[in-house]
Amino acid sequence: MAMKKKPMKKAIKKAIKKAAKKATAKSEKKVAKKTAKKSAKKTTSKLPTKTPKKVLAKKIASKTPMATTGSTKAGNSQSFDKDLEASLVELIRVTSAELPDDVQKVILEALAREEKNTTAEYAMNIIKANIDLAKKKSQPICQDTGTVLFYVYHPVGFNQTKFTKLIENSVVTATKKGFLRQNSVDSLTGENSGVNLGPGHPSIHFHEHASNSIEVKLMLKGGGCENVGAQYSLPHTALGAGRDLDGVRKVILDAVHKAQGKGCGPGVLGICIGGDRGAGYIESKEQLLRRVDDANPHPDLAGLETEIVETSNKLGIGPMGFGGKTTLLGCKISALNRLPASFFVSISYMCWAYRRQGIQLGSKNEIKKWLY
Amino acid sequence: MKKLNYPFSHEAVRELKVGDMVLITGKLYTGRDAVHKRLHDGVKSPVDLSNQIIYHCGPVILQDKDGTYHVTAAGPTTSIREEPYQADVMKDYGIVGVIGKGGMGPKTLAGCKEYGCVYFHAVGGAAQVLAEKIDSVDSVFWLDLGSPEAIWELSVTEFPVVVTMDAHGNSLHAKVEAESSEALKRLL
Repeated sequence: MAMKKKPMKKAIKKAIKKAAKKATAKSEKKVAKKTAKKSAKKTTSKLPTKTPKKVLAKKIASKTPMATTGSTKAGNSQSFDKDLEASLVELIRVTSAELPDDVQKVILEALAREEKNTTAEYAMNIIKANIDLAKKKSQPICQDTGTVLFYVYHPVGFNQTKFTKLIENSVVTATKKGFLRQNSVDSLTGENSGVNLGPGHPSIHFHEHASNSIEVKLMLKGGGCENVGAQYSLPHTALGAGRDLDGVRKVILDAVHKAQGKGCGPGVLGICIGGDRGAGYIESKEQLLRRVDDANPHPDLAGLETEIVETSNKLGIGPMGFGGKTTLLGCKISALNRLPASFFVSISYMCWAYRRQGIQLGSKNEIKKWLY
Repeated sequence: MKKLNYPFSHEAVRELKVGDMVLITGKLYTGRDAVHKRLHDGVKSPVDLSNQIIYHCGPVILQDKDGTYHVTAAGPTTSIREEPYQADVMKDYGIVGVIGKGGMGPKTLAGCKEYGCVYFHAVGGAAQVLAEKIDSVDSVFWLDLGSPEAIWELSVTEFPVVVTMDAHGNSLHAKVEAESSEALKRLL
């Protein structure tokens, strides 16, 4: 795993300023124009390209996708890069405008559970209508398009530096097209880069895997839910939480209570037990890459996940904190080793607008398969 | 489902109770962090806010070639950041209500009671549904604060909200917080 490297300071700053000026001037017009084209484009673009499996296997074996090597002829390389950028922009568009099926399913279940004619049911109905409308109009589900988190799974010998550059280009394009809001601000000056680039933005996490394929997962995590995340150090005297699974359970429930409706619930928790403070938070977010309906292979953690959801839903906080039956839609937990001296529980809260998608790239850097 | 139609009045909002689902038709003025701070600092409002509703929202606004503005995404932003200012803005400018998300604290609740105001909760994240309820962007003030922070005058039809803090000292947020706190004690 590698975090995004520190930015190449001056050059990048210049580029950002330039792009920011252009973006603010042009993005508005462009968005309006593009909106009309989007829905037409969408129907075809989310369909995976059908190629017979045997042929694909051969292709992959003989030629790994372009971004992994960077040693082929220049002309080819450019076109491969363009294809890759297009695939990444499409990944961003779909992630921003459409919730994955597993998330939609639990939202519909939550809607069915709420009592009729309550504010909770009302909120869930508006949420459902919003999901449908955003997909239809191909526009962001929520105006806060959040922290842009990429997770890249790649073969041995992959060129991360090049791929990072292409991801950055795709983020700039997606921002200009209005799939992402201008959402990246200099923490010291308050200046908005206008293109969602800057130190730490976008957040890119690389993982080498044994397969020849490249998979790119994307999560957009809004500020409201990020603000209610929490990290506890056990033991926690006030909550009577010791260094065991019951202590873990107590601090998680405390975090759910503290969040109330402020994280745009009903939400999903990603949790890491252990690790250092940094690794714990990173892992808690990666837990949100799991499907809502998967099963944790560790029986104790699987049990705790179920228990957290059931118990949280007895708190009565409900959708938007209006009161109601569904406070959480899901909970995903994993454990990292820790030092004998430390016992952290890191909790990331994801709002109902749980925007995550993923793609597997084909030999021409086209979208071969959608992962959720 | 209740309806609140323009022109708004303190009398009309005093009729509303916590838990009421309300469809608002008429005018809304957006105002978030920078607007509240500026109003609170005593800068005269560029528009008469008496009997008006402020919407805590940083909308995504596009401008057509002919100069017409329209809204493409307009969900509520977190309201609690305006807690230091909101009650005074109610007092000094005579607004009848605020729309936002996440609820507000005791100072605002006391202000609602004293000045005859209501806190309306819109559904967080529902940027598309809420933008659809906006018929037109009629004017803009204080654009120097930047587009998301400016005061946008919007005409809305049946804008869906829930009363979570009323003019009688009741707060759904305080109630849910207290009840879930009791439940948590039992479940821990």
